[in-house]
Amino acid sequence: MSDLRKLVIDGEEHELDPNLTVLQACEVAGKEIPRFCYHERLSIAGNCRMCLIEAVGAPKPMASCAMQVKDLRGGPEGQPPAIKTNSPLVKQAREGVMEFLLINHPLDCPICDQGGECDLQDQAMAYGADFSRFNEAKRSMDEINLGPLIKTHMTRCIQCTRCVRFATEIAGVPEMGCTGRGEDAEIVSYLDSALTSEMQGNVIDLCPVGALTSRPYAFNARPWELCKTETIDVMDALGSNIRIDAKGTEVMRVMPLNHDGVNEEWISDKARFACDGLARQRLDQPYVRKDGKLTAASWDEAFAAVREKVSGIAPEKIAALAGDLVSTEAMFALKALMTQIGSANVDCRQDRAKLPAGNRSAWLFNSTIEGIEDADAILLIGTNPRKESPVLNARIRKAWLTGVEVGMIGEAVDLTYDTHHVGMGGESLSAIKDSVFYKDVLSKAERPLVILGAAATARDDGEAVLGASMALAESLGGQFSMLHTAAARVGGLEVNCLPGEDGRDTDGILVGAASGAVEVVYLLGADEIDMETLGQAFVIYQGHHGDAGAHRADVILPAAAYTEQSGIFVNTEGRPQMAYRAAFPLGEAKEDWAIIRALSERLGEPLPFDSIDQLRAKMFEQFPHLQTINAITPAEWRAAPTGTVDEAPFVCPIDDFYMTNPIARASETMAECSRLAREKTSALAAE
Amino acid sequence: MTTRRLAPEAVQPSSFAFNAENAEWAKRQIAKFPEGRQASAIIPLLWRAQAQEGWLTRTAIEGVADMLDMPHIRALEVATFYFMFQLAPTGENAHIQVCGTTTCMICGAEDLTALCEKLIGPAHTVSADGKLSWEEVECLGACANAPMAQIDSWVKGGFHSDYYEDLTVATFETLIEGFRKGDYPKPGSQTGRFASEPIGGATSLLDDHAEAANASVAIAISEGAT
Repeated sequence: MSDLRKLVIDGEEHELDPNLTVLQACEVAGKEIPRFCYHERLSIAGNCRMCLIEAVGAPKPMASCAMQVKDLRGGPEGQPPAIKTNSPLVKQAREGVMEFLLINHPLDCPICDQGGECDLQDQAMAYGADFSRFNEAKRSMDEINLGPLIKTHMTRCIQCTRCVRFATEIAGVPEMGCTGRGEDAEIVSYLDSALTSEMQGNVIDLCPVGALTSRPYAFNARPWELCKTETIDVMDALGSNIRIDAKGTEVMRVMPLNHDGVNEEWISDKARFACDGLARQRLDQPYVRKDGKLTAASWDEAFAAVREKVSGIAPEKIAALAGDLVSTEAMFALKALMTQIGSANVDCRQDRAKLPAGNRSAWLFNSTIEGIEDADAILLIGTNPRKESPVLNARIRKAWLTGVEVGMIGEAVDLTYDTHHVGMGGESLSAIKDSVFYKDVLSKAERPLVILGAAATARDDGEAVLGASMALAESLGGQFSMLHTAAARVGGLEVNCLPGEDGRDTDGILVGAASGAVEVVYLLGADEIDMETLGQAFVIYQGHHGDAGAHRADVILPAAAYTEQSGIFVNTEGRPQMAYRAAFPLGEAKEDWAIIRALSERLGEPLPFDSIDQLRAKMFEQFPHLQTINAITPAEWRAAPTGTVDEAPFVCPIDDFYMTNPIARASETMAECSRLAREKTSALAAE
Repeated sequence: MTTRRLAPEAVQPSSFAFNAENAEWAKRQIAKFPEGRQASAIIPLLWRAQAQEGWLTRTAIEGVADMLDMPHIRALEVATFYFMFQLAPTGENAHIQVCGTTTCMICGAEDLTALCEKLIGPAHTVSADGKLSWEEVECLGACANAPMAQIDSWVKGGFHSDYYEDLTVATFETLIEGFRKGDYPKPGSQTGRFASEPIGGATSLLDDHAEAANASVAIAISEGAT
């Protein structure tokens, strides 16, 4: 930064990086420049002309987004270059631009969903005229079809091309474009079909006007009626920062928040659009199975049914499984409850991943998500990040765009960037050193990154896969990172919600349930196991949706969903983040920790906390690094034991991206997306 | 200007491939650009595809995009941007582009477009016999020889794109009917001018006004124009 340039902005002298654009320089100097097409995470288009500024000495105003500080010329006597952002010329120029933009923009703000949060509306307040000099007919546009998520009103479009650039650069699906020219320029998707991206919803936020709006949210609410809560997404293990907008008890929409270390400012379509599932298929009161049929009951009756069953049997015949959307506190409470009643049979790895207790380096995304960009070669093992975490996949794509080569062991899928397909399964991992990718890329890389999918460790040889992957990263002198699919997983591992001494793990619990060795299974939001395998066991299901677990249950304890309770979620890189309550639980549903606490009381083994704060205090006492919200405590490197890796191919754990958890499965929007995705796949297969 | 879209699926052929000669030519065009910059060859390749097919079909746009390793939408953007790319079927023998901008208009272009409408039908549609189509275009830069038309033709076994200048209703009708029959009328000035010299004859540069010195006419004649 030694090479700073002087620049006079509105009479004040600043020293700035010459590579900044003038618009960025003005932001550094605290001057706001209006803009439509410019977006800091997209390439520069320079086509809206709203960011015009006056460069002293230049004959005409210039677009500040497309001009670098180093390109500005100084005065005749060696004065530093000077620009004006609020001179009469600038104001007049921007008013002219605004008048042109408004020529073809309809005056339908009262019926436009963008109303109240519209860049054009806001900037028209500053630069718009109060009348129109345009007496001719306005241009109208044909609608385009962008599928069930994005509602279009192309007449409102101002051709900023942010959506085109997002689709091409970030999402990696070059399916949108700007065709025609002049007055007839229009934004289209190729052959008028919906985008094939798992994060297309972001174009809704990018659109500075109301041309692209959320279809499920259409005409449902106005931004100023909504109660906004900043919280954490649980649809994947990324821990995207989101804002939940609720009206009363109903979650109306989910929007991304900016977090450079996690999700930048994108979220996946599942995070954004699955929220309608929160209003459907909900468990709003306790149920007890009587004569083979689930019947509504009171909390007292439900707890009594549990006590009656549990009190009579030996503790080692009781087991508990935690699911994918559960907060860290709930899993801490569950583990505490099981310990209290004397059972070691507890597991948070319902996918049977063989993740070692205590060895954080074996199951964290050690490089950190931001660290993906520092890698100079990436090897993906047994993971399809496009389905497992689309936003993280966009981060890998970002690295790829700078020239990083990506290798892949597993199914040869389209990840929106080019990959070297090394092989399908275990044999390629064992023989990685013979592969061309290893010889040409990995072994020559200075900062290689090995990303292992958590599902690859869910096989019988999971420990060996983990060991081999870690050994590979270590031998390369690179980083080892694990990509999880469940938001709860790392939190559960952090609080050691794992089998105690001689306790049964997920496999053991299921085998035990089938054989009768386990008589009571407590499912804390665990829906992703095959319920058939539970045999004759008495199943207690605590959760928020009437999904697989609830159908199998003998007692249902209705709980709050992630939007309805506060909790800590630890993302795949080990970053504890606090989720907050955005709406109240439905009906008689209660917060997860409170149900477990109340149950412990009824079982005569009260847990030593009476509030969420006391629970957290206990948890932080044992696991102090969870206390540093939003800060990653790096893991101490400990290699996992190696073994023989089976030849079997790695299989992606996610068959249907839109249907991975009970909330998404209850969502009509996700069902529609899933149907379209299936149609597209079968159409491709037919070709 | 009109909104430019792909022609309806019903008229789109199911496949596209360059013929051997054009494929060879395309390879040479692509080779002109550095590795990784093949997309720069998009305009010549689309133009060649149009010369081969008569118009730019969806499959042609996609085929060219695939050859250049670029997304289909990027090729569509180019094809819709330039008006000389025809996105709907054109006449089997000729597609007539009558210049309608100021000079030509003053010199009688409106009579020419009226004639086209009478002999061929509405602009941007193919005539009933399928042989001809026409449109009015913006200035083609031959103002000294107004009124004029650029005619893309597929007669005498090849593709030609020529200027026909100094038109009158009568000469233009002869041209149109000639193309309808499959003739290849001689391009250039239809009143016998060599190029854009004064109507009363050249006053300077008097040597060598032979037709052979007018390269585009010479080429046309070598390709069978009469």
